[in-house]
Amino acid sequence: MGVLVAELLAGLANAAALFLVASGLSLIFGVTRIVNFAHGSFYMLGAFIGYSAMQVLPGAIGFWAATLVAAVAVGLIGVIVEFLVLRQVYKAPELFQLVATFGVILVIQDLALLVWGPEDLLGPRAPGLKGVVHILGEPVPSYDLALIGITPFVLLVLWYLISRTRVGILVRAATQDREMVGALGVNQAWLFTGVFFLGSLLAGLGGALQLPKGGADLLMDFNILASVFVVVVIGGMGSIPGAFIAAVLISVLNVFGVKFIPQSTLVLMFIVMAVVLLIRPYGLLGREEAPGEHGQVGDPEQPISPLQSTGKLVVAGILVVLALFPIFDSPFLLVLMTDVIIVSLFAVSLHFMLSLGGLVSFGHAAFFGGGAYAAALLVHYVDTPMSLALLMAPLLAGFLALIIGWFCIRLTGVYFAMLTLAFAQLVWSVVFQWGEVTGGDDGIVNIWPAAWASSTTVYYYLTLVIGVGGIILMRHVAHSPFGYSVRASRDSILRAEATGINTKRIQWVTIAFAGAMAGLAGGLFVFSKGSVFPTELEIAKSFDALIMVFLGGVKTLSGPIVGASSLTIVQDFLSRFEYWRLALGLLIILIVILAPEGLVGSARKLGNRIGLGRSEGPGT
Amino acid sequence: MTAILEVKNLSKSFGGIKAVQDVSFDLMEGELLALIGPNGAGKSTCFNMLMGQLPPNSGSILFDGKELVGLPTRKIWQYGVGRTFQITATYPTMTVIENVQTALLSFHQRSFNFFSRAKTSYLDEAAELLSLVGMADQADRPAAVLAYGDLKRLELAIALSNAPRLLLMDEPTAGMAPSERIELMALAGRIVEERGLSILFTEHDMDVVFAHSHRIMVLNRGELIASGSVEEIRANPRVQEVYLGGGSVFADEGAS
Repeated sequence: MGVLVAELLAGLANAAALFLVASGLSLIFGVTRIVNFAHGSFYMLGAFIGYSAMQVLPGAIGFWAATLVAAVAVGLIGVIVEFLVLRQVYKAPELFQLVATFGVILVIQDLALLVWGPEDLLGPRAPGLKGVVHILGEPVPSYDLALIGITPFVLLVLWYLISRTRVGILVRAATQDREMVGALGVNQAWLFTGVFFLGSLLAGLGGALQLPKGGADLLMDFNILASVFVVVVIGGMGSIPGAFIAAVLISVLNVFGVKFIPQSTLVLMFIVMAVVLLIRPYGLLGREEAPGEHGQVGDPEQPISPLQSTGKLVVAGILVVLALFPIFDSPFLLVLMTDVIIVSLFAVSLHFMLSLGGLVSFGHAAFFGGGAYAAALLVHYVDTPMSLALLMAPLLAGFLALIIGWFCIRLTGVYFAMLTLAFAQLVWSVVFQWGEVTGGDDGIVNIWPAAWASSTTVYYYLTLVIGVGGIILMRHVAHSPFGYSVRASRDSILRAEATGINTKRIQWVTIAFAGAMAGLAGGLFVFSKGSVFPTELEIAKSFDALIMVFLGGVKTLSGPIVGASSLTIVQDFLSRFEYWRLALGLLIILIVILAPEGLVGSARKLGNRIGLGRSEGPGT
Repeated sequence: MTAILEVKNLSKSFGGIKAVQDVSFDLMEGELLALIGPNGAGKSTCFNMLMGQLPPNSGSILFDGKELVGLPTRKIWQYGVGRTFQITATYPTMTVIENVQTALLSFHQRSFNFFSRAKTSYLDEAAELLSLVGMADQADRPAAVLAYGDLKRLELAIALSNAPRLLLMDEPTAGMAPSERIELMALAGRIVEERGLSILFTEHDMDVVFAHSHRIMVLNRGELIASGSVEEIRANPRVQEVYLGGGSVFADEGAS
């Protein structure tokens, strides 16, 4: 009994940081409709700034003062980010906001590295709360009890602020109808900035408060991100009490999970989320999101059509050039180009569901990594020949996509995106924690191509044929009757259903098809590298694909290829420098703000302006 | 003449509001039937129930002898019911002809075909439908750049792609210029005559209603209060009351 109570108390204490970060994210989403992926970074900054402040400010008063200083400082950093970056993308679709906030993540990561160095910092213990208290015979850290007291206090303050003050009324009104609030003479810009300040402050507070328990390190941002999204999705996007309930639920569950089924702690969280969403698709206390909240940036998308003869000639020309690459006799170049083809296939598969299908997935890595692991496991355990493994990779990834898709198509918009992200994390945590089978963190190694394809040149040609074949297949499908139905289901569900199209089933098959093609890319990847690690399933991998699609231009068919190629080559180039994340992050933010139509989209627009091409003509 | 559509005791309430109460009517083959009524009378609710977008609380809808209540919209379409919407629903990122082709592909049960070329599928049928509504010259324009009146005509072509026996048109002329309205309804009248289908439409423009419908039903506060020929409806005192106000509407309510 005493053990259970102690575990329960530990869980409640862990809920503190999770709740603080999640409530900030929820608050920001509720009012601005922005899913701030950089929220984990604010949490990390809170820890680092708190650490530095605690070095300067002495004693118990210093500790708590430093915590508040960190919170306010992070709040101000949030204001700067809001002012410089997010103001430009409020009216843009989720993808643009995701990419912009991802840029912020990269920038903050490198700035933190620059200021605090690469070492993990051990958090100072709270003066006066260093000991333990015995409850029912079990030791409970007194700082845990302090955290357990602080969380409901913050919830109470937020509740008072939101339900009893004028600012709170405005925030609630804006959550329901931003335009109406604007029409009533409220300066929305300031309201958004204010909410961003408060939301970031909460994340910073969470980061600083957990210092005595966890310290500060450079991986904190992504580590908390998945849990925070789970909490926000379970609680209901935009609901602060929901975030509280979910944070407590998840933290307590985690503690008991560690105690009783230690191999499945990460998985457990996502299973709970899946169950909650099956019963209440918009979270425990969330409201159904009205569709069509997110406008499109720029001109309406132009109709797409199969390539005309000039286009086919250009493609043939590029293919000839690609086929001639081995004459340079540079293994480095061939390896780079193999990578480029594989990520292009991956990016095109995401583009198929995201752009043509309107299904914005934040978890596409699940299928890429899923295919990679499928092939690797087959080779590792049953000695499958390479050709069969390359066939099974897309099939198994497609099957995985069928399962994940079955859950996800019930939701739309941001909720769909969040759910795909959570499922990707579920797959990641299964692979990461099921060490006996998947090798866990150590991955699976020694997965080399068959003897006939073992030379870099032959494998390059193999990748070229399969990769380009996959891309051509997807383009062909885009122009098939199914492709028309996919676009129809995206453009107008009302019209599609009224003309006999089963839109949900179309979307389900779309996810499965895109997943299978991502799995094919994953299969090619394993044999090119000879190994696979859980990093191929990480959030960052999904974001990579999103950035490639975005970089090339969401509304163009050739965009993802251009985006994938340029990002891979730029990354290859930048990663030689120490602070390459900073450069890449700034580059991404600049593109979001200056050229939101992406490289191909902007080039086409420029072409139209100077008189090449017809403004009404079919796009490429 | 036989009835193509038989609606019996259809009711729908939202919370405490009875949006549609006990509505019954028949629609004959080849008939152009108008459903009119002031704002909030329940016309769109009625339409949404007919096309399966809203489940009724009670009542039955027989189309050609088959029960439609409980079926999803797409099944109802497959039975041969087409619909246009009050606010046009088309595919803006496709060209005009592709919009029609998509519907034709669905009608021919090829929505899940991965391999054939959609661009060249059912081109003739699509072109024929477009010339029927006078949109042939705009076939290759993106739907996103069309004028509103043209979108309405495109929607009509899409709705006709399953060779429907019943067409539901929710305010087909809303947002159009007066000359376009007359043109569109004349077109609808021609289609009824040529193809022998039946049309049920709602409309606010009384000129359009009186000029083109064969028969008119009047809905007020969810109840059908009158049904008859143009002359009968024009002369009906209750209809005049609803549209012009007689004071007794409110007196009635006070008594009930």
